Amino acid sequence: MKHQGRLLRMAVLAVVGLGLIAPIALGLWQTGRAAFGILPALGRDVVSLDPWRALVELPGFATSLRLTLVTGLGSTLLSLLLAVGFCAAVHARITPSSGARMLTPFLAIPHAAMAVGLAFVLAPSGWIARMIAPIAGWAHPPDIATVNDSWGLGLMIGLMVKELPFLLLVILSALSQISVARHMAAGRALGYGRGIVWIKVIMPQVWPLIRLPLWVVLAYALSVVDMAIILGPSTPPTLAVAVTRWFSDPDPAMILPASAGAILQAVIVGGAVALLIGLEALAKRFGRWWLRRGGRGLSTEPGLRLATVVVMTLMALGVLAILSLVIWSLAWRWSFPQIWPESWSPKPWARAQGGWMEALGTTLVLALATVGLSLALAIAWLEGEDRANRRRAPWAEAMIYLPLLIPQIGFLYGLNAGFLHIGLSGSLWAVIWGQVLFVFPYVMIALTDPWRALDPRMIRAAAALGAGPNRRLWAIKLPVLLRPILTSAAIGVAVSVAQYLPTLFMGAGRVVTLTTEAVTLSSGSDRRVTGVYATLQAGLPFAAYLVAFALPAVLHRNRRALSGASAT
Amino acid sequence: MKTSLILALSLLATPALADWQQTLDAARGQTVYWNAWGGDARTNAFIDWVEDQTEALYGVEVEQVKLSDTAEAVTRVLSEKSAGQDTGGSVDLIWINGPNFLAMKEQDLLYGPFVADLPNARYLDLGPDSPASVDFTVPVEGMESPWRLARFVFSYDSARVPEPPRTMADFADWAAAHPGRFTHPDPSNFMGATFLKQALIELAPDRDILQEPVTDVRFAEATAPLWAWYDALRPNLWRGGETYPANESVQQQLLNDGEVDIAMSFDPASTAAAIADGLLPESARVFVPEGGSLGNISFVAIPYNAANAEGAMVVANFLLDPATQAHMQNIEVLGSFSVLDPARLDAEAKAVFDALPSAPALPTREELGPTLLEPHASWMTRLTEVWAQRYVE
Repeated sequence: MKHQGRLLRMAVLAVVGLGLIAPIALGLWQTGRAAFGILPALGRDVVSLDPWRALVELPGFATSLRLTLVTGLGSTLLSLLLAVGFCAAVHARITPSSGARMLTPFLAIPHAAMAVGLAFVLAPSGWIARMIAPIAGWAHPPDIATVNDSWGLGLMIGLMVKELPFLLLVILSALSQISVARHMAAGRALGYGRGIVWIKVIMPQVWPLIRLPLWVVLAYALSVVDMAIILGPSTPPTLAVAVTRWFSDPDPAMILPASAGAILQAVIVGGAVALLIGLEALAKRFGRWWLRRGGRGLSTEPGLRLATVVVMTLMALGVLAILSLVIWSLAWRWSFPQIWPESWSPKPWARAQGGWMEALGTTLVLALATVGLSLALAIAWLEGEDRANRRRAPWAEAMIYLPLLIPQIGFLYGLNAGFLHIGLSGSLWAVIWGQVLFVFPYVMIALTDPWRALDPRMIRAAAALGAGPNRRLWAIKLPVLLRPILTSAAIGVAVSVAQYLPTLFMGAGRVVTLTTEAVTLSSGSDRRVTGVYATLQAGLPFAAYLVAFALPAVLHRNRRALSGASAT
Repeated sequence: MKTSLILALSLLATPALADWQQTLDAARGQTVYWNAWGGDARTNAFIDWVEDQTEALYGVEVEQVKLSDTAEAVTRVLSEKSAGQDTGGSVDLIWINGPNFLAMKEQDLLYGPFVADLPNARYLDLGPDSPASVDFTVPVEGMESPWRLARFVFSYDSARVPEPPRTMADFADWAAAHPGRFTHPDPSNFMGATFLKQALIELAPDRDILQEPVTDVRFAEATAPLWAWYDALRPNLWRGGETYPANESVQQQLLNDGEVDIAMSFDPASTAAAIADGLLPESARVFVPEGGSLGNISFVAIPYNAANAEGAMVVANFLLDPATQAHMQNIEVLGSFSVLDPARLDAEAKAVFDALPSAPALPTREELGPTLLEPHASWMTRLTEVWAQRYVE
C-alpha cells in the first residue's frame, strides 16, 4: 500500500510540477530575459540594463510605484486591522458557519464586477452623491475625485471590500481551532480590555494560521489589474496596470521596459512578503517584553467600535454596488441627480444572441473544465498523502501557494510566448491551462483541512471490514466529504470566473468570458450593458455556492451529521 | 497552409479580378478573427450584422475580437512573429489606422498589397493624394482597405451650454468661465491625442510643417503656442487636470452623468445615436470648431501571418460594397459617413444614400465644414510623449 501511495504521490507531483510550476518558471524566465535586453524578435540578443533605465525614465514611473505600494500595502494592513478589530468585537456573537453564510456572497463576487458597481456607487455623480444632492442642493455633480483619484483611495476601498470578508472568514475559521472563550475569560478576569486580550493572547495564536492567506491577499493587492483599471487612477496608473499597458504599446520595443516592470512587480511582492516576515520576527522579540509589561489597554474599546462601524460601512458599500449593477442592467435612462431610474428597459438582456449568451457559455465551460481538473488533482494529491501516510513537506506547501504569490503579469507574457512556440496560444485549452494555475491552489487549500479532519475511525472501520484503498476512497471519503468538495468546487468556480489576465493573455483575446467583457465594457459608455455582464459574472459563482449548500442537504437529507454545516 | 500561401502569391502575381473567384472559393468556410476596438456597442452590433451577411453570401464567418486598444492586436502579431509563427496567426483582420498602421508597416507585419484586388475598390478614389491613399501622411500602398470615415466633432448638452466654444483657442476662456466642466480623454488614448492634434493644427504658426516628419526644431517651434494654451486650460479642467477619462466613451458617460458639459467623438453620428439609445439627453448636440476639424479614414489591414487571409479579403471587399456603406451610414445603424467616392456611384446607389433618415443631433456634411489633414504620424507619437513628460508626475 505504501508503494502504491508513493506512485500516486509521484504522479501528482509530476503533474503539478510539470503542468503548473514549470510553465510559471518558463514564463518568468522569458520575461526575465526580455527585462535584461534579450528579445530575438526585435534582433536584441545582448544582455543589458537598458530596459531598466528605460523603465525608470518612463513618465509617471515613480508615481506608479508609489501608488502600488500605498494601495497594496495600505489596503492589506487596513483590512487586517479592521478584520481583527471586528472579530474581537463580534466574535462571541457569530459562529463560523453563520459567518461563512454571511460572507460567502462577498467572496463569490469577482473583483471586476464589484469594481464596476463600486465605481457607480462612489462616483461624484454616483448613487451616494445622488442621495446627498437634494439635501446639499447640487445641480451638478461636485468636482471631486472619489474614484480614480490620484491617491488611489477609491482603489483601496474596492480592495478592502473584497479582502475584508476573505480575511474575516480566514480568521473565523482559525478561531474555531482555539478556545477563545477560555482565554478571553482569563484575560478579562485579570483586568485586560477585550481588544488587548485579542492583541496579546488570541492573535499570536491565530497568526500562524492566517499567515499564508495574508501573503496571498498582499500579493494580490500589490498586483491587481482589473480592479485597478476600473477604480484606480489612470494618469499614471498603478504599476501593474502601467506594465499591462506597456506590453500592448504600439511600439514593440516597449516590451523591454514592460518586462523589466513585470519583474519589478514580482520583486515588490517578494519584498512585501519579506517585510511581513521581518515584522513578524520583530513582533516576536518585542512582543514578549510588551506582554510582560502587563498594560491592561482598556482604552481599546472605542477602537473596536470604530472597526465595527467601518467594516459594516464597507459591507454596505459592497451590497449597494451589487444592487446597482442589477438595477443598471434593467434601466433605460438613469441620469444625475435621479436616485432611481427614470425609465426601464429589458433591451440589454434581450440582446442575448451573440451577446452575453456566448460569453456565459464560454465562462461555464472554462469553469467546469478548470474546476474538474483541479478537483481531480487535489483529491489525487490528498489521497496520495493518505496512502503514503505522510504529512505535506513545506516545499510541497510552497508549490501550492507559488502561483498565488507570484504576480500574474510577471510570467504571463513570457508564458504566452512559450505557448505560441507550441502552437497552443489562443485556444480554449491554453486558457484552461492558464486558469488551472490559479484555480488549483484555491481548491487545494480549501479542501485540505476538511480532508484531514475526516474521522479516521470511519476509514479504519472500513479497512477492518475488508475495503481496499480504492473502495475506501469512493465509498467512504468522497461521499462523506461531499459538502467540502462542493464548497471547494464553488470556490474554484469563483476563481475561474474572475480570471482576467490569464484569459486575456492565453486566449489571445479570442476567448471571450464574462470577465473580459465586463472589463472591456467598463471602458465604454453603457453602464446598462456592463450591468448585464457584471450581474451574470457575480451571479455565476453565487449559483455555484448555492449548489454547494443545497446539493448535500438534498442528497444527505437522511444523514443528519452530513446534511448540516458540520463538515465544513 | 502552403496551398493558401501559394494561392495568395498567385493572387499577387496575376491580374486580380480574374482570380477573385479563387479567393472566394478559398475563403468559403473560413472564420475571420476581426480584431476591432470593442468599446462601442453600435460598432459591435454592426460587425455582428457583417458576420450574418458574409456568412449568408460567401460562407465566411466573422468573429470579432474585442480590443480595448488596437495596439493589443499589433503586439499579438509581433509576439507571434517573435515566436516564429509565420503562418496560421491568430489575427486575420484589424481595424487600424495611424501609428498602429505605421508600426505594423515598419515591422513588416502586414499582408499585401491587396486593396487593388478587391472588386469593390473601383468605387474608391485611390488617387495619390486622396484620403483613402494616405493614412496620417503614411502612404497606404494597398496594405490596408478603407471602411469608414471618421471626423472629429464635439458633443455638448445644449440645455446646459447655450454657447459652446467656437475655436480651439476659445476653450481656454470657456474653461476659465466654467471650471471643472470640460476635459479630454487621456492623450495615451487615440481620442485624447486627437484633441491635442486638433489644437496643434489651429495654433501652430505654420500648419504645413505638420505634414513632414517631426524634428526637434520643428516640434519646438510648432508646439510652443500649444503648450502656452494648454497650460492656461489645464487648471480649469475636470478634476483640475489631475486625471483624465480613459477614452471618449467614458467621457460621453461623464457628459450623460452631468460631470462635464462637453465630450468629443470621431464619429459625427455618435451623438444622435447615443440619444436614440438612451445614453445622452435629448438636448445633446454636435459642434465643430470654425475652420473645420481633423478627419481620417478607418482602415482594415491583414497581418502577414493571418490564418484566413482570403476570408479577411472577402470581408474587406464586403465592407466596400455600396449597399454595406449605405447601411453603415444609416443613423439608425452606425451613422458613419461612407468612404466611397460619390462620383463613382451609379444612380441607384446614390438614391439609397439620399433616402437615409436624419435626426436633430445629426450634422449635415456642410455643417461639419472642411476636413483638416492629419499630421504625420510621428507628430502624434511625439506630442503624446512630450505631453506625458510635461504633465504626468
